[in-house]
Amino acid sequence: MNFLATIGRIFIAFLEVNGRIALFAGEAVSHCVRPPWYPKMIVRQMIDIGYFSLPVVGLTALFTGMVLALQSYTGFARFSAESAVATVVVLSMTRELGPVIAGLMVAGRIGASMAAEIGTMRVTEQIDALTTLSTNPFKYLVAPRLIAGLTMLPLLVLVADIIGVFGGYLVGVYKLNFNPAAYLKQTVDYLELMDVVSGLVKAAAFGFLVSLMGCFHGYYSQGGAQGVGRATTNAVVSASILILIFNYAITEIFFATR
Amino acid sequence: MSRMPKISIRGLKKSFGPKVVLDGVDLDVGVAESVVVIGGSGTGKSVLLKCILGLLTPDEGSIRIDGQEVVGLRGAEREAVNRKFGMLFQGAALFDSLTVWENVAFGLLTAGDMSRREAREIAIRNLAAVGLQPEVADLYPAELSGGMKKRVGLARAIATRPEIVFFDEPTTGLDPIMADVINDLICQCVKELGATALSITHDMVSARKIAHRIAMLYGGKIIWQGPASQIDNSGNPYVDQFIHGRAEGPIQMEVRA
Ligand SMILES: Nc1ncnc2c1ncn2[C@@H]1O[C@H](COP(=O)(O)OP(=O)(O)OP(=O)(O)O)[C@@H](O)[C@H]1O
Ligand SMILES: [Mg+2]
Repeated sequence: MNFLATIGRIFIAFLEVNGRIALFAGEAVSHCVRPPWYPKMIVRQMIDIGYFSLPVVGLTALFTGMVLALQSYTGFARFSAESAVATVVVLSMTRELGPVIAGLMVAGRIGASMAAEIGTMRVTEQIDALTTLSTNPFKYLVAPRLIAGLTMLPLLVLVADIIGVFGGYLVGVYKLNFNPAAYLKQTVDYLELMDVVSGLVKAAAFGFLVSLMGCFHGYYSQGGAQGVGRATTNAVVSASILILIFNYAITEIFFATR
Repeated sequence: MSRMPKISIRGLKKSFGPKVVLDGVDLDVGVAESVVVIGGSGTGKSVLLKCILGLLTPDEGSIRIDGQEVVGLRGAEREAVNRKFGMLFQGAALFDSLTVWENVAFGLLTAGDMSRREAREIAIRNLAAVGLQPEVADLYPAELSGGMKKRVGLARAIATRPEIVFFDEPTTGLDPIMADVINDLICQCVKELGATALSITHDMVSARKIAHRIAMLYGGKIIWQGPASQIDNSGNPYVDQFIHGRAEGPIQMEVRA
Protein backbone atom coordinates (compact mmCIF):
# COMPACT_ATOMS: atom_id res chain seq x y z
CA MET A 1 0.00 0.00 0.00
CA ASN A 2 2.76 2.36 1.01
CA PHE A 3 4.54 1.63 -2.21
CA LEU A 4 1.50 2.58 -4.26
CA ALA A 5 1.09 5.77 -2.27
CA THR A 6 4.67 6.69 -3.07
CA ILE A 7 4.11 6.13 -6.77
CA GLY A 8 0.95 8.21 -6.59
CA ARG A 9 2.70 11.00 -4.77
CA ILE A 10 5.52 11.12 -7.30
CA PHE A 11 3.02 11.09 -10.16
CA ILE A 12 1.02 13.96 -8.67
CA ALA A 13 4.17 15.97 -8.02
CA PHE A 14 5.18 15.35 -11.61
CA LEU A 15 1.86 16.64 -12.91
CA GLU A 16 2.05 19.63 -10.60
CA VAL A 17 5.46 20.65 -11.89
CA ASN A 18 4.22 20.29 -15.47
CA GLY A 19 1.29 22.51 -14.69
CA ARG A 20 3.48 25.12 -13.11
CA ILE A 21 5.88 25.09 -16.04
CA ALA A 22 2.97 25.48 -18.46
CA LEU A 23 1.57 28.45 -16.51
CA PHE A 24 5.03 29.98 -16.28
CA ALA A 25 5.57 29.52 -20.02
CA GLY A 26 2.16 31.00 -20.81
CA GLU A 27 2.78 34.07 -18.70
CA ALA A 28 6.30 34.48 -20.08
CA VAL A 29 5.19 34.21 -23.72
CA SER A 30 2.40 36.70 -23.13
CA HIS A 31 5.06 39.17 -21.98
CA CYS A 32 7.24 38.44 -25.01
CA VAL A 33 4.55 39.70 -27.36
CA ARG A 34 3.35 42.73 -25.39
CA PRO A 35 5.24 46.01 -24.90
CA PRO A 36 7.20 47.41 -23.20
CA TRP A 37 10.26 45.51 -24.36
CA TYR A 38 13.77 45.95 -23.06
CA PRO A 39 15.94 45.92 -26.21
CA LYS A 40 19.15 46.28 -24.23
CA MET A 41 18.40 43.17 -22.20
CA ILE A 42 17.44 41.22 -25.34
CA VAL A 43 20.65 42.17 -27.15
CA ARG A 44 22.75 41.28 -24.13
CA GLN A 45 21.20 37.82 -23.95
CA MET A 46 21.54 37.35 -27.71
CA ILE A 47 25.26 38.06 -27.52
CA ASP A 48 25.64 35.73 -24.57
CA ILE A 49 23.76 32.87 -26.19
CA GLY A 50 24.68 33.37 -29.82
CA TYR A 51 28.18 34.75 -29.84
CA PHE A 52 29.79 33.36 -26.72
CA SER A 53 28.48 29.85 -27.36
CA LEU A 54 30.16 29.71 -30.77
CA PRO A 55 33.50 28.19 -29.63
CA VAL A 56 31.89 25.40 -27.63
CA VAL A 57 29.28 24.57 -30.23
CA GLY A 58 31.73 24.89 -33.11
CA LEU A 59 34.26 22.58 -31.51
CA THR A 60 31.73 19.89 -30.65
CA ALA A 61 30.20 20.12 -34.12
CA LEU A 62 33.61 19.79 -35.76
CA PHE A 63 34.49 16.60 -33.92
CA THR A 64 30.99 15.20 -34.37
CA GLY A 65 31.25 15.68 -38.14
CA MET A 66 34.68 14.08 -38.15
CA VAL A 67 33.69 11.03 -36.16
CA LEU A 68 30.55 10.63 -38.26
CA ALA A 69 32.63 10.38 -41.42
CA LEU A 70 34.99 7.91 -39.85
CA GLN A 71 32.29 5.70 -38.34
CA SER A 72 30.04 5.62 -41.37
CA TYR A 73 33.01 4.79 -43.54
CA THR A 74 33.97 1.75 -41.47
CA GLY A 75 30.33 0.67 -41.38
CA PHE A 76 29.56 1.19 -45.05
CA ALA A 77 32.80 -0.35 -46.23
CA ARG A 78 31.36 -3.70 -45.15
CA PHE A 79 28.86 -3.59 -48.01
CA SER A 80 30.95 -1.36 -50.27
CA ALA A 81 28.74 1.70 -49.94
CA GLU A 82 31.58 4.06 -49.02
CA SER A 83 30.32 6.66 -51.45
CA ALA A 84 27.38 7.35 -49.14
CA VAL A 85 29.63 8.79 -46.43
CA ALA A 86 29.21 12.43 -47.47
CA THR A 87 25.44 12.08 -47.63
CA VAL A 88 25.27 10.41 -44.25
CA VAL A 89 27.36 13.15 -42.68
CA VAL A 90 25.32 16.02 -44.05
CA LEU A 91 21.94 14.44 -43.33
CA SER A 92 22.85 13.44 -39.77
CA MET A 93 24.33 16.83 -39.05
CA THR A 94 21.49 18.97 -40.35
CA ARG A 95 18.55 16.83 -39.28
CA GLU A 96 19.73 15.47 -36.00
CA LEU A 97 23.14 16.04 -34.51
CA GLY A 98 23.53 19.74 -35.22
CA PRO A 99 20.44 20.78 -33.26
CA VAL A 100 20.81 18.17 -30.53
CA ILE A 101 24.47 18.81 -29.83
CA ALA A 102 24.11 22.57 -29.95
CA GLY A 103 21.00 22.29 -27.76
CA LEU A 104 22.76 20.17 -25.15
CA MET A 105 25.87 22.35 -25.11
CA VAL A 106 23.78 25.50 -24.73
CA ALA A 107 21.74 23.81 -22.01
CA GLY A 108 24.93 23.26 -20.06
CA ARG A 109 26.32 26.70 -20.73
CA ILE A 110 23.34 29.00 -20.84
CA GLY A 111 20.63 27.12 -18.96
CA ALA A 112 22.90 26.81 -15.96
CA SER A 113 23.98 30.43 -15.94
CA MET A 114 20.40 31.66 -16.34
CA ALA A 115 19.21 29.55 -13.43
CA ALA A 116 22.12 30.69 -11.28
CA GLU A 117 21.70 34.35 -12.13
CA ILE A 118 17.93 34.52 -11.72
CA GLY A 119 18.09 32.22 -8.69
CA THR A 120 20.59 34.50 -6.99
CA MET A 121 18.40 37.47 -7.79
CA ARG A 122 15.50 35.64 -6.19
CA VAL A 123 17.22 34.72 -2.95
CA THR A 124 18.83 38.14 -2.54
CA GLU A 125 15.42 39.83 -3.02
CA GLN A 126 16.49 41.52 -6.25
CA ILE A 127 13.36 40.19 -7.96
CA ASP A 128 11.26 41.69 -5.18
CA ALA A 129 13.12 44.95 -5.69
CA LEU A 130 12.31 44.85 -9.42
CA THR A 131 8.63 44.44 -8.66
CA THR A 132 8.61 47.34 -6.22
CA LEU A 133 10.28 49.48 -8.86
CA SER A 134 7.24 48.71 -11.05
CA THR A 135 9.21 46.54 -13.43
CA ASN A 136 7.73 43.19 -14.24
CA PRO A 137 10.40 40.52 -13.74
CA PHE A 138 8.82 38.44 -16.51
CA LYS A 139 9.32 41.30 -18.94
CA TYR A 140 12.71 42.36 -17.69
CA LEU A 141 14.33 38.99 -16.99
CA VAL A 142 12.40 36.13 -18.58
CA ALA A 143 11.11 37.49 -21.89
CA PRO A 144 14.53 38.68 -23.17
CA ARG A 145 16.04 35.27 -22.44
CA LEU A 146 13.22 33.41 -24.19
CA ILE A 147 13.40 35.65 -27.23
CA ALA A 148 17.19 35.33 -27.38
CA GLY A 149 17.06 31.54 -27.01
CA LEU A 150 14.39 31.18 -29.66
CA THR A 151 16.22 33.29 -32.24
CA MET A 152 19.86 32.55 -31.54
CA LEU A 153 19.87 28.76 -31.46
CA PRO A 154 18.84 28.41 -35.13
CA LEU A 155 21.73 30.66 -36.10
CA LEU A 156 24.10 28.67 -33.91
CA VAL A 157 22.87 25.44 -35.45
CA LEU A 158 23.34 26.78 -38.95
CA VAL A 159 26.96 27.44 -38.08
CA ALA A 160 27.24 24.05 -36.38
CA ASP A 161 25.87 22.34 -39.50
CA ILE A 162 28.47 23.98 -41.69
CA ILE A 163 31.33 23.23 -39.33
CA GLY A 164 30.14 19.64 -38.89
CA VAL A 165 30.02 19.06 -42.63
CA PHE A 166 33.45 20.62 -42.89
CA GLY A 167 34.71 18.20 -40.24
CA GLY A 168 33.36 15.32 -42.28
CA TYR A 169 35.03 16.75 -45.36
CA LEU A 170 38.39 16.97 -43.58
CA VAL A 171 38.31 13.34 -42.55
CA GLY A 172 36.85 12.23 -45.88
CA VAL A 173 39.44 13.99 -48.00
CA TYR A 174 42.58 13.85 -45.90
CA LYS A 175 42.16 10.54 -44.13
CA LEU A 176 39.85 8.43 -46.26
CA ASN A 177 41.21 9.81 -49.53
CA PHE A 178 37.97 10.82 -51.16
CA ASN A 179 38.16 13.11 -54.13
CA PRO A 180 37.34 16.60 -52.78
CA ALA A 181 35.05 17.57 -55.64
CA ALA A 182 33.23 14.26 -55.53
CA TYR A 183 32.80 14.55 -51.77
CA LEU A 184 31.28 18.01 -52.05
CA LYS A 185 29.02 16.90 -54.89
CA GLN A 186 27.83 13.97 -52.79
CA THR A 187 27.17 16.36 -49.95
CA VAL A 188 24.87 18.71 -51.86
CA ASP A 189 23.24 16.26 -54.25
CA TYR A 190 21.00 14.48 -51.80
CA LEU A 191 20.44 17.38 -49.41
CA GLU A 192 16.92 18.78 -49.39
CA LEU A 193 15.81 22.12 -48.04
CA MET A 194 13.52 20.31 -45.64
CA ASP A 195 16.48 18.62 -43.94
CA VAL A 196 17.95 21.94 -42.96
CA VAL A 197 14.62 23.54 -42.11
CA SER A 198 13.56 20.73 -39.80
CA GLY A 199 16.88 21.07 -38.01
CA LEU A 200 16.39 24.80 -37.56
CA VAL A 201 12.85 24.32 -36.27
CA LYS A 202 14.27 21.91 -33.73
CA ALA A 203 16.92 24.44 -32.82
CA ALA A 204 14.34 27.15 -32.16
CA ALA A 205 12.36 24.78 -29.95
CA PHE A 206 15.47 23.72 -28.04
CA GLY A 207 16.56 27.32 -27.54
CA PHE A 208 13.16 28.14 -26.11
CA LEU A 209 13.24 25.10 -23.83
CA VAL A 210 16.72 25.85 -22.49
CA SER A 211 15.80 29.43 -21.65
CA LEU A 212 12.47 28.39 -20.21
CA MET A 213 14.04 25.82 -17.89
CA GLY A 214 16.79 28.18 -16.83
CA CYS A 215 14.32 30.93 -16.00
CA PHE A 216 11.72 28.67 -14.41
CA HIS A 217 14.09 26.94 -12.02
CA GLY A 218 15.88 30.18 -11.21
CA TYR A 219 12.66 32.06 -10.64
CA TYR A 220 11.32 29.54 -8.15
CA SER A 221 14.57 28.78 -6.38
CA GLN A 222 14.59 29.29 -2.65
CA GLY A 223 16.82 28.88 0.34
CA GLY A 224 20.19 30.47 -0.31
CA ALA A 225 23.23 29.12 -2.08
CA GLN A 226 22.09 25.52 -1.82
CA GLY A 227 18.75 26.37 -3.42
CA VAL A 228 20.46 28.15 -6.28
CA GLY A 229 22.73 25.15 -6.78
CA ARG A 230 19.74 22.85 -6.95
CA ALA A 231 18.00 25.19 -9.40
CA THR A 232 21.05 25.13 -11.65
CA THR A 233 21.24 21.36 -11.69
CA ASN A 234 17.51 21.03 -12.30
CA ALA A 235 17.63 23.52 -15.14
CA VAL A 236 20.37 21.64 -16.99
CA VAL A 237 18.95 18.17 -16.38
CA SER A 238 15.37 19.06 -17.26
CA ALA A 239 16.41 21.03 -20.34
CA SER A 240 18.54 18.11 -21.57
CA ILE A 241 15.74 15.61 -21.07
CA LEU A 242 13.18 17.87 -22.73
CA ILE A 243 15.51 18.41 -25.69
CA LEU A 244 15.72 14.69 -26.32
CA ILE A 245 11.97 14.21 -25.92
CA PHE A 246 11.08 17.13 -28.17
CA ASN A 247 13.71 15.99 -30.64
CA TYR A 248 11.77 12.79 -31.14
CA ALA A 249 8.41 14.54 -31.22
CA ILE A 250 9.48 17.07 -33.84
CA THR A 251 11.17 14.39 -35.95
CA GLU A 252 7.93 12.41 -35.80
CA ILE A 253 5.94 15.43 -37.02
CA PHE A 254 8.29 16.13 -39.93
CA PHE A 255 8.44 12.44 -40.74
CA ALA A 256 4.66 12.19 -40.90
CA THR A 257 4.28 15.19 -43.20
CA ARG A 258 6.75 14.19 -45.85
CA MET B 1 -9.42 61.56 11.82
CA SER B 2 -11.16 63.44 9.08
CA ARG B 3 -8.66 62.68 6.33
CA MET B 4 -8.42 59.29 4.77
CA PRO B 5 -5.29 57.45 5.93
CA LYS B 6 -2.63 56.82 3.30
CA ILE B 7 -2.26 53.20 4.34
CA SER B 8 -4.95 51.33 6.18
CA ILE B 9 -4.43 47.73 7.27
CA ARG B 10 -7.18 45.66 8.80
CA GLY B 11 -7.08 42.12 10.16
CA LEU B 12 -3.99 41.17 8.18
CA LYS B 13 -3.03 37.52 8.55
CA LYS B 14 -0.15 35.60 7.06
CA SER B 15 1.17 32.15 7.85
CA PHE B 16 3.94 30.08 6.35
CA GLY B 17 2.71 26.51 6.59
CA PRO B 18 1.85 25.90 10.24
CA LYS B 19 3.81 28.95 11.34
CA VAL B 20 1.56 31.95 12.03
CA VAL B 21 3.53 35.15 11.49
CA LEU B 22 0.89 37.88 11.26
CA ASP B 23 -2.28 37.21 13.20
CA GLY B 24 -4.62 40.11 12.60
CA VAL B 25 -2.59 43.30 12.24
CA ASP B 26 -4.48 46.60 12.30
CA LEU B 27 -2.50 49.71 11.47
CA ASP B 28 -3.16 53.11 9.93
CA VAL B 29 -0.57 55.48 8.55
CA GLY B 30 -1.74 59.01 7.83
CA VAL B 31 -0.69 61.27 4.97
CA ALA B 32 2.83 62.62 5.49
CA GLU B 33 3.07 60.74 8.76
CA SER B 34 6.10 58.76 9.84
CA VAL B 35 5.31 55.55 11.66
CA VAL B 36 7.95 53.25 13.06
CA VAL B 37 7.22 49.60 13.74
CA ILE B 38 9.35 48.01 16.42
CA GLY B 39 9.38 44.39 17.50
CA GLY B 40 11.66 41.47 18.14
CA SER B 41 13.63 39.70 15.49
CA GLY B 42 11.47 37.33 13.49
CA THR B 43 8.13 38.79 14.56
CA GLY B 44 7.15 39.49 10.97
CA LYS B 45 7.99 43.13 10.43
CA SER B 46 9.55 42.55 7.03
CA VAL B 47 6.66 40.24 6.15
CA LEU B 48 4.26 43.07 6.95
CA LEU B 49 5.98 45.38 4.47
CA LYS B 50 6.10 42.68 1.82
CA CYS B 51 2.38 42.09 2.18
CA ILE B 52 1.70 45.79 1.59
CA LEU B 53 3.94 45.75 -1.48
CA GLY B 54 2.20 42.67 -2.84
CA LEU B 55 5.38 40.59 -2.73
CA LEU B 56 3.61 38.18 -0.40
CA THR B 57 -0.08 37.41 -0.60
CA PRO B 58 -1.85 37.75 2.75
CA ASP B 59 -4.08 34.89 3.86
CA GLU B 60 -6.74 37.23 5.14
CA GLY B 61 -7.41 40.87 5.74
CA SER B 62 -7.48 44.10 3.85
CA ILE B 63 -4.86 46.66 2.87
CA ARG B 64 -6.00 49.97 1.45
CA ILE B 65 -3.74 52.54 -0.15
CA ASP B 66 -5.48 55.91 -0.56
CA GLY B 67 -8.73 54.04 0.03
CA GLN B 68 -8.06 51.53 -2.75
CA GLU B 69 -8.02 47.86 -1.82
CA VAL B 70 -4.69 46.42 -3.00
CA VAL B 71 -4.82 42.82 -1.78
CA GLY B 72 -5.09 40.58 -4.84
CA LEU B 73 -4.19 43.26 -7.37
CA ARG B 74 -2.18 41.88 -10.29
CA GLY B 75 -0.44 42.97 -13.45
CA ALA B 76 -0.77 46.55 -14.61
CA GLU B 77 -2.93 47.62 -11.66
CA ARG B 78 -0.33 46.37 -9.23
CA GLU B 79 2.41 48.17 -11.13
CA ALA B 80 0.43 51.40 -11.00
CA VAL B 81 0.04 51.11 -7.23
CA ASN B 82 3.70 50.20 -6.79
CA ARG B 83 4.70 53.43 -8.50
CA LYS B 84 3.63 55.15 -5.29
CA PHE B 85 6.12 53.16 -3.24
CA GLY B 86 9.80 53.27 -2.57
CA MET B 87 11.34 50.50 -0.57
CA LEU B 88 14.64 50.04 1.20
CA PHE B 89 15.14 46.31 1.63
CA GLN B 90 16.71 44.96 4.76
CA GLY B 91 19.50 43.39 2.69
CA ALA B 92 19.61 46.36 0.27
CA ALA B 93 18.76 44.04 -2.69
CA LEU B 94 20.84 46.00 -5.18
CA PHE B 95 20.95 44.73 -8.77
CA ASP B 96 24.46 43.37 -8.98
CA SER B 97 24.60 43.44 -12.77
CA LEU B 98 24.16 47.21 -12.77
CA THR B 99 26.45 49.97 -11.52
CA VAL B 100 25.60 51.96 -8.43
CA TRP B 101 24.18 54.92 -10.33
CA GLU B 102 22.13 52.67 -12.61
CA ASN B 103 20.71 51.08 -9.49
CA VAL B 104 19.74 54.43 -8.03
CA ALA B 105 18.30 55.66 -11.31
CA PHE B 106 16.55 52.37 -12.14
CA GLY B 107 13.05 53.67 -11.48
CA LEU B 108 13.73 56.82 -13.48
CA LEU B 109 15.21 54.97 -16.45
CA THR B 110 12.47 52.38 -16.74
CA ALA B 111 9.71 54.96 -16.40
CA GLY B 112 10.94 56.25 -19.78
CA ASP B 113 11.21 59.86 -20.94
CA MET B 114 14.46 60.65 -19.15
CA SER B 115 17.85 60.66 -20.80
CA ARG B 116 20.63 58.63 -19.22
CA ARG B 117 22.65 61.76 -18.59
CA GLU B 118 19.83 63.40 -16.71
CA ALA B 119 19.14 60.23 -14.74
CA ARG B 120 22.80 59.95 -13.84
CA GLU B 121 22.87 63.48 -12.49
CA ILE B 122 19.84 62.83 -10.32
CA ALA B 123 21.41 59.58 -9.13
CA ILE B 124 24.61 61.36 -8.13
CA ARG B 125 22.63 63.99 -6.28
CA ASN B 126 20.76 61.27 -4.40
CA LEU B 127 24.03 59.51 -3.61
CA ALA B 128 25.38 62.75 -2.20
CA ALA B 129 22.33 63.01 0.03
CA VAL B 130 23.19 59.67 1.63
CA GLY B 131 26.83 60.71 2.04
CA LEU B 132 28.37 58.90 -0.93
CA GLN B 133 30.94 60.48 -3.24
CA PRO B 134 30.37 60.71 -7.01
CA GLU B 135 33.26 58.23 -7.50
CA VAL B 136 31.04 55.53 -6.06
CA ALA B 137 28.57 55.96 -8.91
CA ASP B 138 30.48 53.78 -11.36
CA LEU B 139 31.30 50.95 -8.98
CA TYR B 140 29.34 47.72 -8.87
CA PRO B 141 27.44 46.71 -5.71
CA ALA B 142 29.91 43.88 -5.05
CA GLU B 143 32.62 46.50 -4.54
CA LEU B 144 30.76 48.27 -1.71
CA SER B 145 30.81 47.76 2.03
CA GLY B 146 27.62 46.65 3.82
CA GLY B 147 26.83 50.14 5.08
CA MET B 148 27.45 51.65 1.65
CA LYS B 149 25.06 49.14 0.06
CA LYS B 150 22.43 50.13 2.56
CA ARG B 151 22.85 53.79 1.67
CA VAL B 152 22.69 53.06 -2.06
CA GLY B 153 19.49 51.13 -1.39
CA LEU B 154 18.16 54.14 0.45
CA ALA B 155 19.09 56.46 -2.42
CA ARG B 156 17.30 54.13 -4.83
CA ALA B 157 14.20 54.04 -2.64
CA ILE B 158 13.78 57.80 -2.65
CA ALA B 159 15.13 58.62 -6.13
CA THR B 160 11.72 58.56 -7.78
CA ARG B 161 10.24 60.76 -5.03
CA PRO B 162 7.58 58.23 -4.08
CA GLU B 163 4.52 59.18 -2.06
CA ILE B 164 5.12 56.32 0.35
CA VAL B 165 8.52 55.05 1.48
CA PHE B 166 9.27 51.91 3.42
CA PHE B 167 12.52 51.67 5.29
CA ASP B 168 13.44 48.22 6.53
CA GLU B 169 16.10 48.83 9.17
CA PRO B 170 17.66 51.91 7.55
CA THR B 171 20.37 52.38 10.19
CA THR B 172 21.51 48.84 10.95
CA GLY B 173 25.12 48.34 9.99
CA LEU B 174 25.94 52.06 9.95
CA ASP B 175 28.20 53.94 12.34
CA PRO B 176 26.37 56.24 14.78
CA ILE B 177 27.21 59.41 12.89
CA MET B 178 26.10 58.05 9.53
CA ALA B 179 23.00 56.66 11.23
CA ASP B 180 22.13 60.15 12.31
CA VAL B 181 22.66 61.49 8.78
CA ILE B 182 20.22 58.86 7.54
CA ASN B 183 17.73 59.73 10.27
CA ASP B 184 17.87 63.35 9.15
CA LEU B 185 17.37 62.29 5.58
CA ILE B 186 14.26 60.31 6.47
CA CYS B 187 12.85 63.24 8.47
CA GLN B 188 13.59 65.49 5.51
CA CYS B 189 11.75 63.14 3.13
CA VAL B 190 8.67 63.35 5.29
CA LYS B 191 8.86 67.05 6.05
CA GLU B 192 9.96 68.49 2.74
CA LEU B 193 8.59 66.03 0.21
CA GLY B 194 5.47 65.24 2.17
CA ALA B 195 6.17 61.53 1.89
CA THR B 196 4.48 58.99 4.08
CA ALA B 197 7.03 56.79 5.81
CA LEU B 198 6.70 53.39 7.37
CA SER B 199 9.95 52.25 8.92
CA ILE B 200 11.18 49.26 10.79
CA THR B 201 13.99 49.52 13.24
CA HIS B 202 15.58 48.01 16.31
CA ASP B 203 17.47 51.21 16.92
CA MET B 204 15.51 53.14 19.55
CA VAL B 205 17.55 56.30 19.06
CA SER B 206 16.57 56.27 15.42
CA ALA B 207 12.94 55.41 16.22
CA ARG B 208 12.61 58.35 18.61
CA LYS B 209 14.06 60.67 16.05
CA ILE B 210 12.16 59.73 12.90
CA ALA B 211 8.81 58.61 14.26
CA HIS B 212 5.66 60.60 14.75
CA ARG B 213 4.07 57.43 15.97
CA ILE B 214 5.51 54.12 17.13
CA ALA B 215 3.77 50.76 16.92
CA MET B 216 4.97 47.57 18.49
CA LEU B 217 4.45 44.23 16.78
CA TYR B 218 4.35 41.20 19.02
CA GLY B 219 2.76 37.79 18.62
CA GLY B 220 1.45 38.69 15.17
CA LYS B 221 -0.49 41.72 16.40
CA ILE B 222 0.11 45.40 17.04
CA ILE B 223 0.04 45.35 20.84
CA TRP B 224 0.71 49.03 21.41
CA GLN B 225 0.81 52.19 19.37
CA GLY B 226 1.10 55.82 20.34
CA PRO B 227 2.98 59.05 19.76
CA ALA B 228 6.74 58.74 19.84
CA SER B 229 6.86 61.01 22.90
CA GLN B 230 4.73 58.51 24.83
CA ILE B 231 7.05 55.58 24.32
CA ASP B 232 8.69 55.96 27.73
CA ASN B 233 5.42 55.91 29.61
CA SER B 234 3.43 53.53 27.49
CA GLY B 235 2.36 51.57 30.54
CA ASN B 236 2.86 48.45 28.47
CA PRO B 237 5.30 45.94 29.99
CA TYR B 238 6.19 44.49 26.56
CA VAL B 239 7.11 47.91 25.20
CA ASP B 240 9.06 48.76 28.35
CA GLN B 241 11.05 45.58 28.15
CA PHE B 242 11.78 46.12 24.45
CA ILE B 243 12.93 49.72 24.61
CA HIS B 244 15.14 49.07 27.59
CA GLY B 245 16.47 45.87 26.07
CA ARG B 246 16.01 43.70 29.14
CA ALA B 247 16.28 39.94 28.96
CA GLU B 248 13.75 39.55 31.80
CA GLY B 249 10.13 40.43 31.31
CA PRO B 250 6.95 39.25 29.61
CA ILE B 251 8.72 38.64 26.27
CA GLN B 252 10.47 35.33 26.59
CA MET B 253 13.20 34.67 24.07
CA GLU B 254 13.19 31.04 23.14
CA VAL B 255 16.73 30.19 24.07
CA ARG B 256 17.65 26.77 25.30
CA ALA B 257 20.96 26.01 26.82
N1 LIG C 1 9.36 33.38 2.45
C1 LIG C 1 9.24 32.85 3.66
N2 LIG C 1 8.98 31.53 3.81
C2 LIG C 1 8.84 30.99 5.03
N3 LIG C 1 8.94 31.67 6.17
C3 LIG C 1 9.20 32.97 6.11
C4 LIG C 1 9.37 33.63 4.85
N4 LIG C 1 9.61 34.93 5.10
C5 LIG C 1 9.62 35.08 6.43
N5 LIG C 1 9.36 33.92 7.05
C6 LIG C 1 9.24 33.71 8.49
O1 LIG C 1 8.45 34.74 9.00
C7 LIG C 1 8.97 35.19 10.23
C8 LIG C 1 9.06 36.68 10.22
O2 LIG C 1 10.07 37.06 9.31
P1 LIG C 1 10.47 38.57 9.09
O3 LIG C 1 11.53 38.59 8.06
O4 LIG C 1 9.25 39.38 8.83
O5 LIG C 1 11.08 38.98 10.49
P2 LIG C 1 11.47 40.42 11.00
O6 LIG C 1 10.45 40.83 11.98
O7 LIG C 1 11.68 41.31 9.83
O8 LIG C 1 12.82 40.11 11.74
P3 LIG C 1 14.20 40.92 11.70
O9 LIG C 1 14.04 42.05 12.65
O10 LIG C 1 15.20 39.94 12.17
O11 LIG C 1 14.42 41.38 10.30
C9 LIG C 1 10.30 34.50 10.44
O12 LIG C 1 10.14 33.58 11.49
C10 LIG C 1 10.59 33.80 9.16
O13 LIG C 1 11.07 32.51 9.44
MG1 LIG D 1 13.20 42.06 8.84
